[in-house]
Amino acid sequence: MKEESLWYIFINASLINNFVLAYFLGICPFLGVSGKLETATKMGGAVTFVMLISSVCAYGINAFLTAVGAPFLQLISFIVVIASTVQLVEMFVRKMSPALFRALGIFLPLITTNCAILGLALFQTQKGYGFVESLTYALGAGAGFTLALVLIAGLRERLDFADVPGTVKGTALTLLIAGILSLSFMGFAGLGG
Amino acid sequence: MNKPSEKKGFFATLEENPSADTFLRGLWKDNPVFVQVLGMCPVLAVTNTAENALAMGLATAFVMLMSNVLVSSLRRFIPKQVRIASYILIIATFVTITDYAIMAISVELHKSLGAFISLIVVNCLILSRAEAFASKNTIGRSVLDALGMGVGFTFALLCLGVVREVLGNGSIFGLALFPDTFQEWIVMILPAGGFFTLAIWLLLFNIINQKRAAT
Repeated sequence: MKEESLWYIFINASLINNFVLAYFLGICPFLGVSGKLETATKMGGAVTFVMLISSVCAYGINAFLTAVGAPFLQLISFIVVIASTVQLVEMFVRKMSPALFRALGIFLPLITTNCAILGLALFQTQKGYGFVESLTYALGAGAGFTLALVLIAGLRERLDFADVPGTVKGTALTLLIAGILSLSFMGFAGLGG
Repeated sequence: MNKPSEKKGFFATLEENPSADTFLRGLWKDNPVFVQVLGMCPVLAVTNTAENALAMGLATAFVMLMSNVLVSSLRRFIPKQVRIASYILIIATFVTITDYAIMAISVELHKSLGAFISLIVVNCLILSRAEAFASKNTIGRSVLDALGMGVGFTFALLCLGVVREVLGNGSIFGLALFPDTFQEWIVMILPAGGFFTLAIWLLLFNIINQKRAAT
């Protein structure tokens, strides 16, 4: 197998195979919290942080489970670790910034059920990434997630002032924008070799 | 104009029956995908062919059924503080079983669904049914609820999968539908096509529901 450079892993995770727009991971917060630009940015930050931590944990768990010979426990261990990480982040955010805590609301605990994070842990295991590669992958995925979230939030803020027919308003409109955004992200294919 | 009103009467009598209502709710009124907009990731990701969509729908329905049964039967023993964690563990167990079962049945199918079988764990739909319904209701009603939601979810996945496969590949369940001159809409199999198809289905649902509310 061809050795992938770190730069390529980063570009691949953030732009070419963007987690939201190409893999459809993390659609729930993508549709739910993307109404305001500021909340979207912070949500992106929180998800990136959880991704980094769970990526490190997943790497450790995977190494351990392979050594013990119990790969069927992989999924359960991943989800437990992610859930506890989210709990930790939640406590941290509540202490450091109560305003942000209120703004993120229900979507903070829901990071646990954000497929992007579990997806990241599964993909990096599937691809057999090493420690540094996993970290780069998590960073790229987080950056890509934040980028997509911020882009769509900006577009939706503009659309609030547009005259849209009542039937199209809401989720359908957001999905249409996401589709167009996904089309434009296809332009990144081939970037980074 | 006679037939629709007859049909409406039929549904109205069904809605009066509580267990039929529990089942039907998931199919239309609270359809997980079109109305609640839950569990979107697999809806968009694996519906590029009708076969994948069907397999994904059935797998999700199975996990939902089993976890609803277990959650409902354990609802008096699970302490309130750790209930979400317990639900996730229950769901993860059944997903692991499903994952290995699919691998045993068809390696090819397992490959094309990829990581998305494992990702059933984080399907908000299943967790929301466990939390909102199974933890408060009897086993029998939970089974009905899971069946209704599962069928509704599979139905929605099929809606997307069929449209995307017919337009994007010119086939249905792998069988060619059009003569060779048919120009495939490649965009429908691509991620962008998933967003567009779902948006159009949501629009249709909105229009139908508005018309029903108006009459």
